[in-house]
Amino acid sequence: MPDGRAPRAALLDWEWPVRFLLTMNGGGPAADQDLYAEMGRFVEELTQAGVLLATGGLDPAGTHMSAAGGRATFTDGPYTEAKETIVSFALIDVRSREEALELARRFWAVVGDGEGDLRQVYGPES
Amino acid sequence: MIPPAPDPAAAPDAPSGPAVAARVEAVWRLESARIVAGLARLVRDVGLAEELAQDAVLAALEEWPVTGVPANPGGWLMLTAKHRAIDRLRRDDRLAVRVRELGLDVLRREPGEGVADFDAVLDQGVKDDLLRLIFTACHPALTPPSQVALSLRLLGGLSTEEIARAFLVPEATVAQRIVRAKRTLADEGVPFEIPPVEEQAQRLQTVLGVVYLIFNEGYTATQGEGWTRPELCHEALRLARMLAAWAPEQAEVHGLAALLEIQSSRLAARLGPLGEPVPLLEQNRGRWDQLLIRRGFTALLRARQAGAPGPYVLQAAIAACHARAGRAEDTDWPAITALYDQLVRLTPTPVVQLNRAVAVGMTRGPAEALALVDAIRGLDGYHPLPSVRADLLLRLGRAEEAEAELRRAAALTRNTRERTTLLTRATAIRTGT
Repeated sequence: MPDGRAPRAALLDWEWPVRFLLTMNGGGPAADQDLYAEMGRFVEELTQAGVLLATGGLDPAGTHMSAAGGRATFTDGPYTEAKETIVSFALIDVRSREEALELARRFWAVVGDGEGDLRQVYGPES
Repeated sequence: MIPPAPDPAAAPDAPSGPAVAARVEAVWRLESARIVAGLARLVRDVGLAEELAQDAVLAALEEWPVTGVPANPGGWLMLTAKHRAIDRLRRDDRLAVRVRELGLDVLRREPGEGVADFDAVLDQGVKDDLLRLIFTACHPALTPPSQVALSLRLLGGLSTEEIARAFLVPEATVAQRIVRAKRTLADEGVPFEIPPVEEQAQRLQTVLGVVYLIFNEGYTATQGEGWTRPELCHEALRLARMLAAWAPEQAEVHGLAALLEIQSSRLAARLGPLGEPVPLLEQNRGRWDQLLIRRGFTALLRARQAGAPGPYVLQAAIAACHARAGRAEDTDWPAITALYDQLVRLTPTPVVQLNRAVAVGMTRGPAEALALVDAIRGLDGYHPLPSVRADLLLRLGRAEEAEAELRRAAALTRNTRERTTLLTRATAIRTGT
């Protein structure tokens, strides 16, 4: 892993919580009624299974922040290509990376086309 | 019957055997409860249902490396297992009976259409099937260890080996528990059903008790090296969350979910740097998982909307009092004491009495609490009792007695980490540090 932390293994290595943040970038095809309905069912199923901890959409405009020597500079967006901007996220509670990947596969099966990232979340234990 | 054609998109990069095995395992963990529950409704036998589902897993392990993983792997497993179930019923001449029971007219149609009808029926009552499955796994005809093993196996999708490792018992022991449990269910003719209304409250308490048992074994491991086994807590929390979704009208189901969410929020903070237990009031509250606490509060609100509070709702409310306090000294002990007063009326167990005494110690002083503790009967050999006495005695300035009580607690616990902590505290009293 880039940050040097060992990937957390699956069940019984006593590492918990295993959370992943699934993010979707903008620039994909606009959602239609069917997609909304299907996504709603998917979200409901995951919520009920206790897998989905949080989900939401992000304003693609936002404010870009940069800092130098402790001084922050803000730039109003949109600041990058839509394809590089996160527009929605889901925080999931799973037992292993493999489970996270399976759920991500199901997510994209609903959405169809697009780009995004799946990243493990650490904390708040440290 | 032939399973559905493989997804052509997946075929070009047909994955390797080990990669497929990892995917099959993940899919199984995520989907097995639904699959087994749906099959059990068809074949009316939980043991057979699991066997059929496992057969489908073996088929996947053979076929997916060749054909590629299907687009809907869970659906593939379900369909494959269902075909096997139908074949089995047909072979036993039970298909017609089962079809009538399920209210379908499959026999007047082509077999393929009949399968579609099964699909429709199975899709309809998924939640009820899952409820039937957990009520069956926690049937009172089974011993608690069997209920635990069967629940983790059928609802959690854990393997026998994993359950054995989690409970620090030999794999053969767990395997035998599961075999015996399935035989008991078959011998006693336990129906695959949600219990009749007049039995429901009692049976639900058993189910919640099993989930709580799993959680507690993970939260305060009764033996062994580690002080906690968070994976067991996680499994129990998952079960509680699922139960809350399947039976949302039950206050106690939300109560248990709330309790487990809030207690889980402290898992990291309960462990010191050397893996030693850190008592609640000494924990770094910044390490409490606020996401789980918020989930717990939400579940507690749902519980209150659903009806009168039972023991789990009250325990969750107590846990919530602790979660709300930003610092240990901000804890609303009068509220906690009042909740324990209610709890002790509902469940006057010695353990609840002991916990209530601790709360009383914080509101009305150590002398009154000690009198309450000394009146408790039936906790011989329960190491938290001398540990609580030690705290109260220390506050009363009776250091020598406190030290003796800590040593007594240390001798009683079977958990290595906890023993070390207790002995360290005893030594600290002696040396006055």
